[in-house]
Amino acid sequence: MSIVEFKNVVKSYGKLTVVPNMNLKIPSGSFTVLVGPSGCCKSTLLRMIAGLETVTSGQITIGGDDVTHKEPAERGIAMVFQSYALYPHMTVEENIGFGMTLKKTPKAEKKKVVLEAAKILELDQLLDRRPKDLSGGQRQRVAIGRAIVRDPKVFLFDEPLSNLDALLRGQMRVEIAELHKKIGATMVYVTHDQVEAMTMADQIVVLRAGMIEQVGTPMDLYNTPTSPFVAGFIGSPKMNLVEGDFAKQNDCDVFGIRPEHVDLDETKGSWQGIMRYSENLGSDTISYVDVENMGTLTVRSEGSVIVASGQTVYLTPREQFIHKFRDDKRID
Amino acid sequence: MANSKPKNQNKVGWLMALPASGLIFLFLIVPFLLAFWFSFTNQRLISPNPTEFVGWSNFSSLIGVGTLTVEPEKDAEGKTVIKPNGDIQYPRMRKFTRNNPDYEHLKGMREWFSFPLSNDRKWVVLARDKLFMKALVNTILFVLIVAPLQGAFALLLALMINQKLPGINIFRTIYFMPVVISIVVVSILWRFIYDGENGLLNAMLSFFSFGLFEPVDWLGNSSTALGSIMVMSIWQGVGFHMIIWLSGLQTISGSLYEAAALEGATRWQTFRYVTWPGLKNTAVLIMVVITMQAFALFAQVDVMTRGGPVDSTQTLVFQSVQRGYEKQDIAGGSAIAVVLFLIVLSISLIQRFLTRDRT
Repeated sequence: MSIVEFKNVVKSYGKLTVVPNMNLKIPSGSFTVLVGPSGCCKSTLLRMIAGLETVTSGQITIGGDDVTHKEPAERGIAMVFQSYALYPHMTVEENIGFGMTLKKTPKAEKKKVVLEAAKILELDQLLDRRPKDLSGGQRQRVAIGRAIVRDPKVFLFDEPLSNLDALLRGQMRVEIAELHKKIGATMVYVTHDQVEAMTMADQIVVLRAGMIEQVGTPMDLYNTPTSPFVAGFIGSPKMNLVEGDFAKQNDCDVFGIRPEHVDLDETKGSWQGIMRYSENLGSDTISYVDVENMGTLTVRSEGSVIVASGQTVYLTPREQFIHKFRDDKRID
Repeated sequence: MANSKPKNQNKVGWLMALPASGLIFLFLIVPFLLAFWFSFTNQRLISPNPTEFVGWSNFSSLIGVGTLTVEPEKDAEGKTVIKPNGDIQYPRMRKFTRNNPDYEHLKGMREWFSFPLSNDRKWVVLARDKLFMKALVNTILFVLIVAPLQGAFALLLALMINQKLPGINIFRTIYFMPVVISIVVVSILWRFIYDGENGLLNAMLSFFSFGLFEPVDWLGNSSTALGSIMVMSIWQGVGFHMIIWLSGLQTISGSLYEAAALEGATRWQTFRYVTWPGLKNTAVLIMVVITMQAFALFAQVDVMTRGGPVDSTQTLVFQSVQRGYEKQDIAGGSAIAVVLFLIVLSISLIQRFLTRDRT
């Protein structure tokens, strides 16, 4: 059962159409990540679900109800903003309980609900603080707390981790994923970071210029990308995508192979190349190899593989992991 | 040599600041200090006599007040004397204030106002300088009415023009226009509007009431003159404060409003919980600025009423200028300026204390 559904949704700003025709189903209880480069309208889609952007034509339903023209508050959603949108003059407790203050919920009940949410997020020691006295991660948790107490059908996250440093981002990624398991609600999450998409999602929607490139589980997208765009977008380091004569010799427009699916050898292999540069990350070595006809290929090997720049090396692709694309489509 | 360059640059910097700072020194700082000095002397604008130090006497003659309870006049039979118009006859004040050794402390004072007491007695408050007291009361009244109203109207306008509507810039310009026009020009224009014979205001009121409205000489009537000046002053200053409010409004992040919309906040709740707390610093600034501007009320009075009718629009600054230049009593004018300075200073300190950040 899908809880959020886009039916032929179009979004235009004046004469500029940014979403030409969107059809998308978000399953109940799923963690769906909308991912794509900047300007692909992922935030616009999220804001249309929230009711913060109007829909030019088409229909959006949440839990079967047509919410296309409903007020944001009547849609049964909660949203966590990139900027957290915490009220600077309110304490953590007041921020989390803001919605209930507006509804004039009795104080005792409000306190109970807020405390419950605060305990889930480990904020119960910080209830009297103001946002300016909190760290970035704590502010993020307060924003999530405010979403939790609404008890929504759908949680919406708009790039919630982009203001955090790398270490904290990794930590919050785990926390949000755990929260999803704990409360089991549907979550729609917007990000431009494919690592967040891969690690957190059970459904990824890859978007480009207002259109869906591919929908699937992280492993679907990794194993069988349907277009060169998805192939290049998902996975780190990026998949090697080779065009031109080499691709033509292999009966396709674009020939793709992931860096981790190429074996590097100093003595023998299918393709001969010259080591341009290699980065040793300890566990892995990322090598950039110039191969005639193909350009520079990225290769990922064991951390123990160390080859000096300028040396001749041989590369061998693993046949079963080769991706071929023609006319922007995958061919098998 | 290495050190000489910054030093030289410093000299050039000071030199460049000299014209402006020289003028500020000459026309702001020097007069400010002189006012303090003059207020303790008997300095006249032009006088052959040497200036003398007179201590606090300028101030005591300004703010000296006394009270007196008077009994009605009694006739030979001990009955209260009633005037032909029905009022009770009281003894004349000059009996107490002139050459009366029993009432030395009331010497030279005039009746300011009085309250009736029981048994036909009345309680009289006398002031050494009745005109100054009137000016003081008018100024405080002006501040008490204009400051909150002007601040509130400016906020209302700012909220209205903060919306993204087509042509909103035209309204911003219209509301800001009066600020750009010189206050003297505005005052002259409003004198025409308020005119009792064929003023615009009377004509409009008469038109909308189908001729029922009796024309009023707004500036020539002691009960309407100060109110008229207040209305005009609010209209003139509201645009400036609207712009300050607007700048405050635009510092509030849009996502805070979106978060409130998601929680289902009504318009009033949005204002109460998001807009107003976000404007706190702006509000402090605006209240301080409006209060100070209102205390400095002068040009409107000077152009429109010259303090009249019957001193009903006297203000502190107007009195200060009149005394200093028209009556050539620079010492008296300076004393008023010093009193005004102390009032404004203490109000600013109180406002800062009340609006301090408690967290």
